[in-house]
Amino acid sequence: MERALFLIFALTAIVAAFNILLRRHPLHSALALLVVLGALTGLYILLGAYFLAMMQVVIYAGAVLVLFLFVIMLLNIRAEEARLERRPFFRWLAVPFALLLGAETFYLVRTFEENPSPSGTSIGVTEAVGRELFTTYLLPFEVTSIVLLIAILGAVVLARRG
Amino acid sequence: MTTIPISWYLAVAAALFTIGAVTVFVKRNAIVMLLGIEVMLNAANLTAVTFSSYFRELGGQILVFFVMVVAAAEAAVGLAIIVLLFRHRETLNVDEAQLLKL
Repeated sequence: MERALFLIFALTAIVAAFNILLRRHPLHSALALLVVLGALTGLYILLGAYFLAMMQVVIYAGAVLVLFLFVIMLLNIRAEEARLERRPFFRWLAVPFALLLGAETFYLVRTFEENPSPSGTSIGVTEAVGRELFTTYLLPFEVTSIVLLIAILGAVVLARRG
Repeated sequence: MTTIPISWYLAVAAALFTIGAVTVFVKRNAIVMLLGIEVMLNAANLTAVTFSSYFRELGGQILVFFVMVVAAAEAAVGLAIIVLLFRHRETLNVDEAQLLKL
């Protein structure tokens, strides 16, 4: 059951990531990224990182991706046209390299079959993460607010100049 | 908690990272390149969460939290720059954005 869910989410993520790469229209790519993020949310839940799964939906799908879609629609971008290939030879070089990489990954997956399998309850519940965030990592957490503030200021200043 | 080998998650993360990197290398549209960067960040996040979950060490998930925040900031600034670029040049092709000033 768990493996089936894992395979569904993993395949969805990889296929959608290929869609980001292959689509010509940026809007389609952005929507494919949404699928990738959703599939990764499923993987996070399988890993027991419930808090991060929620954050993934709220921050990435809710804020970042909407920003992307907004900009794409604001600029009214057309699909890019196919470009002339300058060196078609390299395209064929990509196939053996991809096969090599795939074989390497497969080998590693087979090699590390015996690995630590944790027992007990999952550690990524909101209470545990929140406790850690506000005790051990309090200073980085506060610095985060400055990062966000500077990002907002930067975006506003850049947007006003035009 | 889980019966899935750790290497499966790592393989998915590696594949996602590779696809994201190829997106950045191949595409010339600035927005799609940013999307590729987001995919790479997510692959790195998946690796961190995997190790954090398997070795029962919460630090990895805290790291992912901070990566998400920085990614949001990066997307905001990056998209502002892209909007400016488009206003000035009427294109998003990064090959045509060679000069700092017009």
